[in-house]
Amino acid sequence: MTKDSPFNILLTAFALCLVCSILVSTAAIGLKQQQIDNQVLDQKIKILKVSGLWQDDMPIEQMFESVETRLVDLSSGEYSELFAVEDYNQKKASKDLANSIELSREEDVAGIGRRAKLAKVYLIRRAGEIVRVVLPIHGYGLWSTLYGYVTLEQDMNTVYAITFYEHKETPGLGGEVDNQKWQASWRGKQVYDEQGQTRLALIKGRVDRNSASQQYQIDGLSGATLTSNGVSNMFAFWMGQQGYKQYLENIRGDEA
Amino acid sequence: MSTTARRVVLDPLVDNNPITLQILGICSALAVTTTVSAALIMCLALTSVTALSNASISMIRHHIPSNIRIIVQMTIIASLVIVVDQILKAYAYEASKTLSVFVGLIITNCIVMGRAEAFAMKNSPGISFLDGLGNGLGYSAVLLVVAVVRELFGSGSILGVTLLLPVSEGGWYVPNGLMLLPPSAFFIIGLGIWAIRTIKPKQVESAEFRIKRVHRTEVF
Repeated sequence: MTKDSPFNILLTAFALCLVCSILVSTAAIGLKQQQIDNQVLDQKIKILKVSGLWQDDMPIEQMFESVETRLVDLSSGEYSELFAVEDYNQKKASKDLANSIELSREEDVAGIGRRAKLAKVYLIRRAGEIVRVVLPIHGYGLWSTLYGYVTLEQDMNTVYAITFYEHKETPGLGGEVDNQKWQASWRGKQVYDEQGQTRLALIKGRVDRNSASQQYQIDGLSGATLTSNGVSNMFAFWMGQQGYKQYLENIRGDEA
Repeated sequence: MSTTARRVVLDPLVDNNPITLQILGICSALAVTTTVSAALIMCLALTSVTALSNASISMIRHHIPSNIRIIVQMTIIASLVIVVDQILKAYAYEASKTLSVFVGLIITNCIVMGRAEAFAMKNSPGISFLDGLGNGLGYSAVLLVVAVVRELFGSGSILGVTLLLPVSEGGWYVPNGLMLLPPSAFFIIGLGIWAIRTIKPKQVESAEFRIKRVHRTEVF
């Protein structure tokens, strides 16, 4: 039989596909656990860094012991035990019809479409009292959805730190959300004003230190107006009624 | 190493470089060269895929029916790329996040396909492997040069070590934002090609046509 006969073509194609699929699936399944571990570890590192618990020479698991992970029902602001904390993936849940709610056009300032019913928050306690809370946030920038964490201090109003762990903004412009110095400028800023309104936002240009509202303002990212607006909108959404507002008020009430 | 083997590995470095002479594989050269570390991982991934795909295609070259040979090559290349991508996700998680889709896009990299069709289909596995290795290294050499220039002038650092302290961190260097955007890689590769062809005029292609010099009297 010749090499180019139809039978031989089918046979070669079949044999090749079989060998290749075995190779690919062996690699995918064999490395699966390692990959999941990596993702979990990566998230833990991000949370430790944004919560200020990170120390260079400590094992990650040991540092993470002092972080308490909880699920919060965003509409009531109460803790929820609906899912096991370790298995809950907020990002997946916000795409799942059963575990998320659709946002109306007015509500959806962050441009995310749907919001998970439950949010996965991280509490840092000292002597039983909550001293810091790490909240996951996300919202649309210019090219992509930015995913990040913001840490609030004990008063549930002062920003301790912010970080973004996933985005596809333009490097050097919108990508400057990763700039350490800019992120450091968030420390000490206030989210809500005395009336309980979300005031924190990025402004165009630099913040005037003598301005009366400087504690609610962050330097805008130069050359990245749309990413800057995206970050402001993200705060307006997640700190608002659809976001963590109720939950933060509950914590404040408990601690007072 | 025999002389042919040495030539097969060393030729693609400068004399027959896949990027600067054959102008192949430019796409990923633009995308992954903003930092040296990303470029390094990409080079490693591409070199291993080219070498292994060349070797495996060469091994079965007598059994590949010629009507479906391109599909067969693509299947082998695609499988290798997926395996490399999985390995990166498992053992170099940070790097795989920066490279994101570009590892997957090695499948469409013209160098891999080009070497499979041009070399591996006609030569024995050993030498095909070396050919893949050589071309991968030629690609890597260009990528690393571009990445060094882009990271140094775009972010003031190399491999994340700050050499020129940027103004945003209290230094004197004003980073060149263009270097972080893909077009700068075009310029750097272009300048590189110019430099190589000035040193080695043999690489200059002969013009496809010349505009005929018309004598003034002919016009009338």
